[in-house]
Amino acid sequence: MSADWPLWEVFVRSRRGLSHTHAGSLHAPDAQMALRNARDLFTRRSEGVSLWVVPAAEITASSPDEKDPFFAPAADKPYRHPTFYEVPEGVRNL
Amino acid sequence: MTPVTTPSTPPHQQAERGMGADAAEGPPSGAEQALQAAFDAAVAADERIEPRDWMPEAYRASLVRQIAQHAHSEIIGMQPEANWITRAPSLRRKAILMAKVQDEAGHGLYLYGAAETLGAGRDELLDKLHTGRQKYSSIFNYPTLTWADVGAIGWLVDGAAITNQVPLCRCSYGPYARAMVRICKEESFHQRQGYELLLALSRGTEAQRAMAQDAVNRWWWPSLMMFGPPDDESPHSARSMAWKIKRHSNDELRQRFVDICVPQAEALGLTLPDPDLRWNEERGHWDFGAIDWQEFRDVLKGNGPCNEQRLSQRRRAHENGAWVREAAAAHAAKQAARRAAAQPPGQPSGQAARPTETARS
Amino acid sequence: MSTHPAGHPVGALATLPLGDDALVLSHRLGEWAGHAPVLEEEVALANIALDLLGQARALYAGLADVLGSEDEIAYLREEREFRNCQLVEQPNGDFAHTIVRQLFFSAYQLPLYDRLSPSLPLAAKAVRETAYHRDHAEQWTLRLGDGTEESHTRTQRAADALWRFTGELFQPVEGLDVPWQELEAEWTADVRDVFDRAGLTVPETPRHGAWSAGAGRQGLHTEPFGRMLAEMQHLHRSHPGATW
Repeated sequence: MSADWPLWEVFVRSRRGLSHTHAGSLHAPDAQMALRNARDLFTRRSEGVSLWVVPAAEITASSPDEKDPFFAPAADKPYRHPTFYEVPEGVRNL
Repeated sequence: MTPVTTPSTPPHQQAERGMGADAAEGPPSGAEQALQAAFDAAVAADERIEPRDWMPEAYRASLVRQIAQHAHSEIIGMQPEANWITRAPSLRRKAILMAKVQDEAGHGLYLYGAAETLGAGRDELLDKLHTGRQKYSSIFNYPTLTWADVGAIGWLVDGAAITNQVPLCRCSYGPYARAMVRICKEESFHQRQGYELLLALSRGTEAQRAMAQDAVNRWWWPSLMMFGPPDDESPHSARSMAWKIKRHSNDELRQRFVDICVPQAEALGLTLPDPDLRWNEERGHWDFGAIDWQEFRDVLKGNGPCNEQRLSQRRRAHENGAWVREAAAAHAAKQAARRAAAQPPGQPSGQAARPTETARS
Repeated sequence: MSTHPAGHPVGALATLPLGDDALVLSHRLGEWAGHAPVLEEEVALANIALDLLGQARALYAGLADVLGSEDEIAYLREEREFRNCQLVEQPNGDFAHTIVRQLFFSAYQLPLYDRLSPSLPLAAKAVRETAYHRDHAEQWTLRLGDGTEESHTRTQRAADALWRFTGELFQPVEGLDVPWQELEAEWTADVRDVFDRAGLTVPETPRHGAWSAGAGRQGLHTEPFGRMLAEMQHLHRSHPGATW
């Protein structure tokens, strides 16, 4: 049964120069078949130039409960973003 | 430059299972009320709910039911059209039809994937389909009797599906909405090929024209039924709309579909089989005749022309494939054991840790 | 329409057998739609079928001056006018049967198209597609051969049954400048290698049927092919002159 076929998460690089992006998931008995199934399923319309498949069980995700402690501290550091800084009118290439 | 973007976390399906179930136990605690409030606020603000977010159990159940039914419809929907792959009358049409039926398998896969993020595994859902505990769209219980039916399905059935599905691209549940974006993008060729097929028949010989009209006569009313029962009889609609799983009512979408189809039928030179069809200046919409809801309920109950045939072919494919799925799983297990045996003790299993060729590219 | 118009060089028809191979196998694979063992395989088999259909159409397009449109070639020839090998017309059987048929055929088509690529514009693209088909068949042969007792038995049975259709692949095709013996040696080594890794036995039975009348390349086919064509051509022939 496909119950014995683990779930794989698929990441597609749509073209050179871009990073791999999560596209979806599929079942496959092993990594080799997962790659092939991913090729057939997610790149039938030339959507990709490179694929990653990762066993879904191997992904460690941050918990939504930890959302605040994880991500809140970043929100109070506007100085990390270029729009924080004032630039005199007319100054270019900055 | 946009300052902050939230990284999208890949869903970890296994971990998702049961989160809502835990929360549903016992009387609502203060914490749960807070979660519910956060959920309601997110939905109200048109934010997406993601797999690992807290969600009311009924929301989860409702989504699983809808996504599963949708996925089942895609894969059962392969059958009536696949019925004509081997008889397609030109090589061009044969290629188009094969690609379309293939897309439907693909859409089924995207949707089962979305359901999986809610903890509903594909095996479990297929089992429910095979044992009749979950439904698929009743439209696929009608037969494809002539080649023109392939065109009518593309134009009317896919057209109705698209009318239903485009709003789902904004559905409150992230993975479902994303699957729908992908599906709608691919679906647009489906409807066009159907329309073009009918146009060729309508402009063809007398026999071809008659074939096209006959198909439209048979598929028109079942297509209108695809939007579901009238709003005042639709048990799940109101809640689904409050949750933004659904964005428009059944009757609203049905009217939109009729309004779209009337001029398209005219351009095809074919007649829609409804003597009551007429433009209502006041409403700004086309009025149409009464739908035979008794037929709808009969087909839904299993008395359609093809219910038995569709389900038994699906079961047969699954049963006949069992040895193949078992073989691949057995081979994977043997390979893993062989690798472990070849590995000196104490070493991490290298295969998985080493980036593959593909991963490096 | 005739397959041998007077005064035309034979070489012009040399690609007809290749086109027929591709069309017929594509049709057989199309029969799987809705019946595959797992959804992922619905998508994979359809991909292969679509590649092959594309190849057939490109090859037929090159024959238009001689034989007419692609649809005339596909739908209006009689069984005896088809030049495909008998291997590709064999019914699908179970999944193992389909996979072994694909392995045998793709392991033939790949080196053949590779050698034809300097002279045949289609071949370069087809080589890439065919390499993928061959790989798909190899992956499944390895899994089915090694997987369970049942899958092993079914796969070996398929190999034994299809073996007698493999000799025909290396009968020279008139007008194709290909070192057939070399091709055959390469094919045999390739299939043997996959079978060894899959734990399957390469059959030692004859690779030709014991009938001197010939085989598919001479327009002589097996019984299931007539039924396949009847189904494929019926609608087109029922409406002479219609456009679709």
